[in-house]
Amino acid sequence: MMRNGSDDLARLVEFDRVHRSVYTDDAIFEREMETIFQRAWLYVGHQSQVPKPGDYCTALVGRQPLIMVRHSDGEVYVLYNRCAHRGAMLCANSRGNTGATFGCSYHSWQYRTDGTLESIPLPGGYEGTRLKPGATDYNLRRAARVDSYRGFVFASLTSSGPSLIEFLGEARIAFDNMCDRAPAGELQIVPTCFRFIQHSNWKIFMENQLDALHPYVTHESSGRAAIEVERQLAARKQQPPLEYHYLSAFITPFHEWDKLQTVNYPHGHCLLQGYMGLRPQDPDTLAYEAVMREHYGAEGAERILGVNIHHVLLYPGLSVQPALQQLRAVRPLAPDRTLTEIWHFRLKGAPEAIYRRALAYYNLINSPSTMVNADDLENFWRCHQGLASDGGDWVSFHRSAGQDDDRDGVITSRRGTSEAPMRNQFRAWKQYLSGEQ
Amino acid sequence: MATVAKRAARARQAPRRRKAPAPARRQFAKNADGILREVEQFLYRQAELLDSKRWSDYIALFADDGRYWMPASPEQTSGDGVPSIFYEDRNLMTMRMKRVTHPHAWSQAPAWGTSHLVSNVTLEAADSRTGDLIVRSRFHMMEFRRDASRHFAGTYRHELRKTKDGYRIKLQRVDMVNGEAPFDFVLQAWV
Repeated sequence: MMRNGSDDLARLVEFDRVHRSVYTDDAIFEREMETIFQRAWLYVGHQSQVPKPGDYCTALVGRQPLIMVRHSDGEVYVLYNRCAHRGAMLCANSRGNTGATFGCSYHSWQYRTDGTLESIPLPGGYEGTRLKPGATDYNLRRAARVDSYRGFVFASLTSSGPSLIEFLGEARIAFDNMCDRAPAGELQIVPTCFRFIQHSNWKIFMENQLDALHPYVTHESSGRAAIEVERQLAARKQQPPLEYHYLSAFITPFHEWDKLQTVNYPHGHCLLQGYMGLRPQDPDTLAYEAVMREHYGAEGAERILGVNIHHVLLYPGLSVQPALQQLRAVRPLAPDRTLTEIWHFRLKGAPEAIYRRALAYYNLINSPSTMVNADDLENFWRCHQGLASDGGDWVSFHRSAGQDDDRDGVITSRRGTSEAPMRNQFRAWKQYLSGEQ
Repeated sequence: MATVAKRAARARQAPRRRKAPAPARRQFAKNADGILREVEQFLYRQAELLDSKRWSDYIALFADDGRYWMPASPEQTSGDGVPSIFYEDRNLMTMRMKRVTHPHAWSQAPAWGTSHLVSNVTLEAADSRTGDLIVRSRFHMMEFRRDASRHFAGTYRHELRKTKDGYRIKLQRVDMVNGEAPFDFVLQAWV
């Protein structure tokens, strides 16, 4: 289906529609893995997952099994999870503390936590071979590039390309706003990761994240159920918990969603703002805002708390909700199989009640018993089934095409339900696959 | 079933080995078999309500302040303030019921069903004054949805309150042995 020429790309991705094969074709998936997931900055983890020397956690980055580890000098290293001797995986657990070295379970080659080879049992026996003492080719391989932004660690598996800060660009507000919401300016990750396998292409998930047209339809049942329980409680003169609003807000009618705005940046990043009333006036919020003013001053606190961003998408593999302290990492496994990992954070220095709010969102919306994502996953599956069929060739992204404001490559949608975020993702997709990015 | 019978037999024999059982203990011991039978029936009924999707009858098994809790990891000792797979009071359970029964709960469209087996029932504690119990059991649930089967298995721990209408659940803790695996699709109803 797909060769390397840009003619093919031009035929597959048009301005306002894309060919179904970009979701289902094995060769295109292979090419995505090489040109996008082997090149882009991908999320590895948060520094607070490895606070002490020897602490490590593992991550699947692109197709590569990596280890993120804290070395004795305090640096965080990202290493391939593979012994240089015979190739055995070093860390079989997803997290732990390895002490001063990683030891291989097969022949006990030992590596320091910066990846350098420390020792081999029976050092005699290598005389006259190419395995010389002190040779660096038998260290653990490091990810080609590693950098972090405000505690979020990223790796790129290619040595060339934009720096992390250039890559993130304006979309780094995802991390700035989440960190700034902490009076101490820092986050602490909660070490629980909920994981899901989606039986659909990774792009279907990414496209859904800023899709303001879908909640009213997809999540109608959840929204109605939440409103009914809110009403029952109100009838009993009880105050419904704030988190019920996270669910009832899903059935905000279409015309209200249209009032929101999406902003679309280079590299495929995009954000959705102005939704969900994320700044309530309950006593917990007011107490938190007072703490924020103490730390940042009245103006500074207002600048941070006034940011109403619901979702930031960092293409190709991250979905961040700064005001709700949640993060989802997307790990494509096959054209029709996608692993998502969901994390949430504590704001250092914020009252416990603010953590409880993020936790309620995590439990209700993002846990394996989610009352919301069940219907998303159902629709993702249905989309993938339909796209794999011969019932049609195109996926329509026509809504508001050509009507959004484009200023120096930053596209602002005039309506919240514009399909600008999907078009913007495919703008980057095409650049990656044609080697322009 | 053999295991339950053996355990019941053990529970019957246990007090004979004690030289001077306390009066309250003897009272419990004398009724242990009966209590166990009663509690087993309670657990079977709960499983049956789930498998037959009688959601509101299921919720009614919980005390007004009762909770259903599935921890995110086995080390957790309370669901308060920590991530959980489920941590629901009756309001949230009602919301879940209303969601799955809504005609536009799209993920409910493919027919699905479950079959629960509950076994290895033991009494962890009994309050001889109130009749309240803590009961441990093991479950195995097979789910069929859209041509695919899933299995979940693990431990139930029921904190039961004795009322004039029978037992009510104060807290049901559900630890799934495969609860930390990546979920292939999600859990839409209680396990």
